[in-house]
Amino acid sequence: MTRERLLTLALLATLLALPFATQAAGYPFYTTLATRMAILALAATGLNIALGLGGLVSFGHAAFFGIGGYAAGIVATHAMNAEPLFGLTVPASMPLVWIAAALAAGLVAAITGAISLRTSGVYFIMITLAFAQMVFYFAISWKAYGGEDGLSIALRNGFPGLNTAVPRDLFLIAFALLLAGLVIFWRVRVSRFGAALQAARQNELRVAAIGIEPFPIRLVAFVLSAMITAVAGAMFAELNRFASPSMLAWPMSGELIVLIILGGTGRLAGPVAGAMLYVMLEYWLGSITERWQFFLGLTLLGVVLFARGGIVGLVAGKPRHG
Amino acid sequence: MAEPVLQIRDLAKSFDALKATDGVSLTLKPGEIHALIGPNGAGKTTLMHQISGALKPDAGSIRFLGQDILSLGIAARARLGLGRTFQVSSLIPEFPALRNVMLAVQARQGSSFRFLRNVMHDRALIEAAGSALDRVGLADRASVPAAELSHGERRQLEIAIAIALGAKAFLLDEPMAGMGPEGSRALTAFLDKLRAEAPILLVEHDMDAVFALADRVSVLVYGRIIATGSVAEIRDDPAVREAYLGDGV
Repeated sequence: MTRERLLTLALLATLLALPFATQAAGYPFYTTLATRMAILALAATGLNIALGLGGLVSFGHAAFFGIGGYAAGIVATHAMNAEPLFGLTVPASMPLVWIAAALAAGLVAAITGAISLRTSGVYFIMITLAFAQMVFYFAISWKAYGGEDGLSIALRNGFPGLNTAVPRDLFLIAFALLLAGLVIFWRVRVSRFGAALQAARQNELRVAAIGIEPFPIRLVAFVLSAMITAVAGAMFAELNRFASPSMLAWPMSGELIVLIILGGTGRLAGPVAGAMLYVMLEYWLGSITERWQFFLGLTLLGVVLFARGGIVGLVAGKPRHG
Repeated sequence: MAEPVLQIRDLAKSFDALKATDGVSLTLKPGEIHALIGPNGAGKTTLMHQISGALKPDAGSIRFLGQDILSLGIAARARLGLGRTFQVSSLIPEFPALRNVMLAVQARQGSSFRFLRNVMHDRALIEAAGSALDRVGLADRASVPAAELSHGERRQLEIAIAIALGAKAFLLDEPMAGMGPEGSRALTAFLDKLRAEAPILLVEHDMDAVFALADRVSVLVYGRIIATGSVAEIRDDPAVREAYLGDGV
């Protein structure tokens, strides 16, 4: 077994054991932390398809994360008030929310991606940021769904066979979704599609010269990436019982990029390692000082200067391509 | 006589006042090696860029396999069968040699939207790529990332990629550049056989290779073709001697 695979399994086992071990030790709050780690790792895994495999530095993934959050909030609100949506009765169902979140984010990504992917480099970063800010301002001006106050979820949407009000059940759902997201990332990475996507990141001209158009490959990757991040956003809103406009705002996009760089860009376990470290820093340092982000900055600086491959790169070395 | 595979007529391209391509016409016939020689800055690579689709000419026409290809992009021309190598090697640096070629096989099959299968378990892909690598003599370097290959090996890898594409015409931009005498001789012997598969438009500075291989030679000077003919005709052409070959030849 390669070191990378061992590291991936070790990280996932640690994450899975965390709520059970801490609850046994009398710290139930850690279940929420572990859930937060799993959800942020899933969101970053989505971004990792575009950014890590495709080299598409999207500074607008907060839009997709937030769209997912609002999908959860809107479904929960309509279900609780028994208000029909588009003339249909809305069941308070998580799987329904995920489908709605993925479809809505996928549609927005298809439209904005088709325009953004005509640019590259800094222009791509800026145009994805601009689109995300448009979605943000749209959300805070939409009074029906809370405007600037956001949208509270009084009662979480349900999942068949589990009680989503119980933290451990919610964690298990988030963890299972993370596993599904990682499987998708891994399959994409080793598939023909992933080969073309990763090759286009490294040498666009070469890819074109053998007859593969980079644009449609990247667009599909961007849409898939947005859909995964949106499902994570839905879970984030469920966890907090609140779809906040800040989920859509640009610092959230930056946070997702930071998670990936900390953990290891383009690596399967990168977002998991990044999210676990990030949430731990946020919690422990945050309880010591309000300026915990200063130390996050120092950590990031250290990674960028001395460990370009992030945590995964540090432990498992360079990526292998067969 | 057989229809030319590639037919270029009155091609022109200017960069501001500089006429990089000035009314160039040339053909590439089945089974031949047509060498394009000329001093540095004569516009050889600019011409190659226009044929492959990286640059748009100002005027003229390019027909490939009887089809006007001027409106097509790089990728579409490659899919028609234009297999190009670059003057400065252009590869996927992190991918091992084998995966560089596998990508070409995948492109040839037109199947880049497959998500479910692991390419490293895809026998057909690996075997086709492996045989192309074997033909250029890189089989034992298959698992080395392109970035770690030697200069000469990268040139060989570029040719393996063009072969794996099933190119119907090869556009080789200085394949010998930077190779030692040993490597040049081996590549010369290889290209000699390759022409049976598809004709080759060869830009090359290595005159030994050009004179050994070329069925026809065109001499490009300041964006114009000043002579086209057999190796013997070109050697004896006074204008060519003056413009390019100098007294030493």
